[in-house]
Amino acid sequence: MRTTSNIDMENKLDIKEKIAAMEPSAVWSDAGDGMFRVPVSSFRPLAEKLKNEEGFDFLRSLTGMDWGEEGLGCVYHLENTATGENVVISTADADRDNARVPSVHDLWKGANFNEREAYDFFGIKFVGHPDLRRLFLRDDWQGHPLRKDYDMALNPLNMENEGNEDEAPSYEMTPDGGYILRRHPLFEDQEYVINIGPQHPATHGVLRFRVSLEGETIKKIDVHSGYIHRGIEKLCESLTYPQTLALTDRLDYLGAMQNRHALCACIEKAMGLEVSDRIKCIRTIMDELQRIDSHLLFIACLSQDMGALEVFFLGFRDREKVLDILEQTTGGRLIQTYNTIGGVQADIHPDFMKKTKEFIRYMRPKMREYQEIFTDNVIVRKRLTGTGILSREDAISFGATGGSGRASGWACDVRKRHPYAMYDKVDFEEITFAAGDCFDRYMVRVKEIEQSLNIIEQLIDNIPEGEWQMKVKPVIKLPAGSWYTAVEGSRGEFGVFIESRGDKFPYRVKFRSTGLPLVSCIDTISRNAKIADLIAIGGTLDYVVPDIDR
Amino acid sequence: MKRNVSIKSMKYEDFNDNEYIEQMLKELRDNGTNVIVGCLDDVIEWGRSNSLWPLTFATSCCGIEFMAIGAARYDFARFGFEVARSSPRQADFIMVAGTITNKMAPVLKRLYDQMADPKYVIATGGCAISGGPFKKSYHVVNGVDKIIPVDVYIPGCPPRPEAMLYGLMQLQRKVKAQRFLGGINKGISEKEYEKMMRKDTSRTEDYRDYDESGLA
Repeated sequence: MRTTSNIDMENKLDIKEKIAAMEPSAVWSDAGDGMFRVPVSSFRPLAEKLKNEEGFDFLRSLTGMDWGEEGLGCVYHLENTATGENVVISTADADRDNARVPSVHDLWKGANFNEREAYDFFGIKFVGHPDLRRLFLRDDWQGHPLRKDYDMALNPLNMENEGNEDEAPSYEMTPDGGYILRRHPLFEDQEYVINIGPQHPATHGVLRFRVSLEGETIKKIDVHSGYIHRGIEKLCESLTYPQTLALTDRLDYLGAMQNRHALCACIEKAMGLEVSDRIKCIRTIMDELQRIDSHLLFIACLSQDMGALEVFFLGFRDREKVLDILEQTTGGRLIQTYNTIGGVQADIHPDFMKKTKEFIRYMRPKMREYQEIFTDNVIVRKRLTGTGILSREDAISFGATGGSGRASGWACDVRKRHPYAMYDKVDFEEITFAAGDCFDRYMVRVKEIEQSLNIIEQLIDNIPEGEWQMKVKPVIKLPAGSWYTAVEGSRGEFGVFIESRGDKFPYRVKFRSTGLPLVSCIDTISRNAKIADLIAIGGTLDYVVPDIDR
Repeated sequence: MKRNVSIKSMKYEDFNDNEYIEQMLKELRDNGTNVIVGCLDDVIEWGRSNSLWPLTFATSCCGIEFMAIGAARYDFARFGFEVARSSPRQADFIMVAGTITNKMAPVLKRLYDQMADPKYVIATGGCAISGGPFKKSYHVVNGVDKIIPVDVYIPGCPPRPEAMLYGLMQLQRKVKAQRFLGGINKGISEKEYEKMMRKDTSRTEDYRDYDESGLA
């Protein structure tokens, strides 16, 4: 962990000088990770320069913020994918009733959905955004819930069926410096629009698409999410740090270990706590077991969606073996609640090593079975090859990390980019493909299971002796500042952003969803595909809906 | 005519927290039952309780455990739950697996209304029972029983597959006593229920954009 922060620090010094030269009004603040604060008026020119001249092509995270007196604004985490440089920029508009921030959706495509989210939660109007509808809440929702002055009584349970806005509002700047509200129709009058979800077995949860069709060909997809939006980020603001841990497991329940790892690592970073090698090693093994579990479920669900029910049973058969190992140590099957701040809940079970080694011996030959039954099946090949192509540029621009990004040829693995825990000490290969179609997205996951087995094999006999729980004060207070930590979740970069005001409660917690970038790119990659391919595209993108909605 | 509810593959004594069903059956049978109608009922109930088909409905974590009991290791088909149907028209019961949010609540109600009678509801996991860990959220319904009548509650976060199977068998047991519990299931009388459904359909006819979301 220490090595990473050193690298980050050097990068920052370098880019810090450049930004100071580029934009004299940018103010550097050192609290936490450190960030630049830019006035709203000079934010957009700076963002353009960073994207076009400095090569910051990956928007890691966009966080809406309510800074009280200082107004409403956003924090942008940017990365240069060529050099690995990172920079954090923030901007705020002091006019709380009418906060306006220029949109950057044309610089980073991933900003499109993230800005809609920030509008939904904080009411920040993004000038120039083409489609500023709410993303998660109903169109008739009153107020913006993540604001500090939100009144909980405003929105009682509404059992009326939800209407749909057919027009997308946008705020545009007029030449004289004012703003006007425009409305654009989402679909033309003659378009044939069908609805898929929220109750549909192939959307993997409660996600909803409005699909415009011409014959069988998809013209446009309008994504509606929020059917499982539980407001976890707002809940975290009223919980102490150890209490917030419980909610992360329920975000992406197929990456429960990794999510919790990210939050624990972020809090530990803010506390300046270095955990022992034993803890790092246990966390790494657990993360990889979880990844195998998730990828097996991916294969099972994809095959079920495509009608190959047998592979569903095979996937679940092997998944149960992983769950048995996890359960023995953690006591939980799906949701383990295992990581704690500064350690893990309990030491590993005496049989853990024996069982894990048995599992590795069992799993390797089984991979051939999937190969024979599913991967080499002619129907699977025909349906997956060449469909739903996501280009490398789009993957970066949308921030589609994880297996989906790597299938497009983008080496985006956090384990390699910003090594954490034991990942810099183990030898494994980052799987990348080039075509970016459904088949490559599937193959990345299959190959990653093998890599995860390799990682576990290297660590399982070498778990160092030491404490499994560091000494931590019962009441944890973080110093004022903001921190961002990311881990490689089962389906991409899972990041945690914490802003603290020195209290025992976080001022703001934001989880970088792994799934949100994946659904935001579904419109781009399914255009001109056939409607039946949408199932394969959705299946291989491998999003988990509660992780998108949070 | 004495009648015990029997479920194959689980001993009668193993159900030990069902005194209220026992009591209800006893009270209602004080005057005895008609031999012919009673026997016919027995056959129908036996059939119904052993071929309950769930609706594929999962919003979050509990849904994965629901899939796990559908897979080979736990295999709920052993008890007659056979296949999960994706259409509410073909399903006998809805297993509310996961958190129900304010935005999802009207959709869930509509799915329930679309199911054919007799229909049952199982609230699975803390979220569906009471809102669970998200109880204080601005966007979570504190228990599905605020929207639809619930027959069986399965606590857990998420419940273990064994707990789910036990809950499902509890539902079977309740279905066996359907004749008496039918009205209680909905919490209102038949007439009121019919009136309510009529009101719902006549309102939707007036509402022109109803088909928007295509679920009707």
